[in-house]
Amino acid sequence: MAVPAMDLAPLDRILEDFKDQKGAVIPILQRAQEAFGYLPREALLAISKGTGISASRLYGVATFYAQFRLTRRGRHLVKVCDGTACHVRGAAKIVEGIEEALNVKPGGSDPDFKYSMEIVYCLGSCGLAPIAVVDDKVYGQTESAALIEQLQKLE
Amino acid sequence: MSIFRNPVDLQQFRSRVQAELAGRRSREARILVGMGTCGIAAGASEVADALRAELSARQVQATVAGVGCIGMCVREPLVDILLPGRPRVTYANVKPGMAGQIVAEHLVNGQVIAKSTLAQMSEDGLPPESGIPTYQQLPFYEKQVRIAMRNCGMIDPEAIEEYIAADGYLGLAKALSMQPDEVIEEMKDSGLRGRGGAGFLTGVKWEFCRRARGNPKYVICNADEGDPGAFMDRSVLEGDPHCLLEGMAIAAYAIGAQEGYIYCRAEYPLAITRLEKAIAQAHGLGLLGADILGSGFSFELHVKEGAGAFVCGEETALIASIEGRRGEPRPRPPFPAVSGLWNCPSNVNNVKSYGMTPQIVLHGADWFSGIGTEKSTGTAVFALTGNIKNTGLIEVPMGITLREIIYDVGGGIPKKKQFKAVQTGGPLGGCLPESALDTPVDFDSLTEAGATMGSGGMIVVDQDTCMVEFARYFLTFASAESCGKCVPCRIGGQRLLEALTRIAAGQGRMEDLAEIEYISQNMKEASICALGQLTPGPVMASLRFFRQEYEAHIREQFCPSGVCQGLFSLEINAVECPGCGLCLKACPEDAIHGEKKQPHIIDQLKCIQCGACYDVCNLGAIHPVHKTETHPAGTEAAVVSERE
Repeated sequence: MAVPAMDLAPLDRILEDFKDQKGAVIPILQRAQEAFGYLPREALLAISKGTGISASRLYGVATFYAQFRLTRRGRHLVKVCDGTACHVRGAAKIVEGIEEALNVKPGGSDPDFKYSMEIVYCLGSCGLAPIAVVDDKVYGQTESAALIEQLQKLE
Repeated sequence: MSIFRNPVDLQQFRSRVQAELAGRRSREARILVGMGTCGIAAGASEVADALRAELSARQVQATVAGVGCIGMCVREPLVDILLPGRPRVTYANVKPGMAGQIVAEHLVNGQVIAKSTLAQMSEDGLPPESGIPTYQQLPFYEKQVRIAMRNCGMIDPEAIEEYIAADGYLGLAKALSMQPDEVIEEMKDSGLRGRGGAGFLTGVKWEFCRRARGNPKYVICNADEGDPGAFMDRSVLEGDPHCLLEGMAIAAYAIGAQEGYIYCRAEYPLAITRLEKAIAQAHGLGLLGADILGSGFSFELHVKEGAGAFVCGEETALIASIEGRRGEPRPRPPFPAVSGLWNCPSNVNNVKSYGMTPQIVLHGADWFSGIGTEKSTGTAVFALTGNIKNTGLIEVPMGITLREIIYDVGGGIPKKKQFKAVQTGGPLGGCLPESALDTPVDFDSLTEAGATMGSGGMIVVDQDTCMVEFARYFLTFASAESCGKCVPCRIGGQRLLEALTRIAAGQGRMEDLAEIEYISQNMKEASICALGQLTPGPVMASLRFFRQEYEAHIREQFCPSGVCQGLFSLEINAVECPGCGLCLKACPEDAIHGEKKQPHIIDQLKCIQCGACYDVCNLGAIHPVHKTETHPAGTEAAVVSERE
């Protein structure tokens, strides 16, 4: 499969927005990830060039925080909470169910890059445990079968 | 609206808004929907849409607005109906399908649907509705005292005028009329201790920062609430963002700062949106920015979004993260009060500490110290979760006992199960057993009992929770979140986790227990920051109070709670089993048989110990027992199973 050259144009705007801000590495990376879906090597090098911050430091920051990804992600992100309350109320069963039904492992994507799954720790809605978040929609008191049905409906 | 040039402008604005709101209350029908993250997850948006659709279909005049969370998460979505001349009535567990009935019966005919209500709010001069308890009569609210959460669920968090009508920014106005040192004295006298968990006196912290040499100075709010099972700060941020802004402005005035940062975790997008909106509104009225209320004091506030790192809840790591670096803690001293953000004196407090500040300044130190205990004044906010009936958010006076919180406010343990333990302080706290339930909840008593106050997570677990697995779970979390900078935390956490994993798999050795204690002690003494120092907390506490469970796993390869795979069999007690057939239907392996109304039996050769039968049995007739398979001859387990 031929990989098209990456279009780095969105970075110009982002670098411009944070030009005068002190300590803006994290928001720059956040915006870049929003634009590309992850942080491609080319983008990190371009940010380094644009900000004068060494690529190694950017890489250090990008690998420190859980939010940043250096690899491509599926079109839909399923975050399953395994925070305490969700754990006690059966988060593991939800993860297993998704793994089986959609062929995606925690931290990975399915071969077609339709879904990615992440395990997260606490989304702060413990009263409704167990919780799953699909893209930006929160599902409370989740049941594995119902959630999988919802996921399969996605384009 | 133009900006307030002096305190009189603020007062006049407040009177005008109060009159407007009172007028609106007496004229208009209003519907308030709880729109915190919990509420939205439970379907509040759909409920609000359905209500709007019903209103327009029936041509009923009423406004629908979103409010924050009143804390009763388990009953979300919550919908409040306010009719002119009638008290505010709350409906619980509202489904979109109920919208038609609520509009037709309550709004149009004025008939409250009592069976679907939660409670009503008493209001002066309004006759109460019959047949509905008031909030104060609900056990969940009866013992609560709300300071940090006083506005949550009461006002529209996106409307600054509602906050001002509820005495908002009066604390700031009062502070600005005092000398900075007087404000600090007032805070010291109030006895407020840091609500992030460490419990350091807030006023003393401010004084250190005020006395520190260096310019500029910064105030920082730690809103990086990362403990799994805790969402107190989120509720305040979402439900009453202005109280945080006001508290930070007061702190900035007291210590001599002109700039502040709110470091909020990225997992709270709604909180971030509301904070940004609140900051813009406060700016618009001159309550932030230059020359606030004509006092000459200027203050700018920024929101910094975290990027997912638990350790950033530690203040030096948090500061590193604001500076755009890896969030690694550094040794203290120097404390941030002396050298913090960009090496300048900085004051870091938790959301609730700042959130309580305006009330303390407004009503005075004596008012605040009159609540709670002598050494832990005021209230504590807890996110009450786990195996408890009323999961939700509570604010209680310090000194209340754990038993009162769990059984009175929390409603006790559901499904007739037995209480086993309560974990406070999250993954860096500790658990306490039944015998400690009469411990008063305050900073010192909880620490003395073997747990910690923490920032407000309170997780209750019942008999079905294995304490080895519970400790292992916290360790998995804490060791994964170790930043790796210092050795005791990085390696110690891994070794602890390995030992616990062995024990939970039935491969533990009695020496492991001594090793756990040895590593824990070293981590506690030698780690750089609180994350490493407190990571062993949960395992130490559970080993102290539930040692027999650890020993059962090691000596008998038996998990008494029926959690750890391979360490138990399930058996039906013939005396307790009425033969209802629920378990038989639930079993995915057809391993259960028995005639109707006769005791059922589990075929141990087919059973995979999935626990499906255990979960559905309403009578508790199914019990985890020692494994019934034959063990290899000569092993300790074989001897144990022989004996049985």
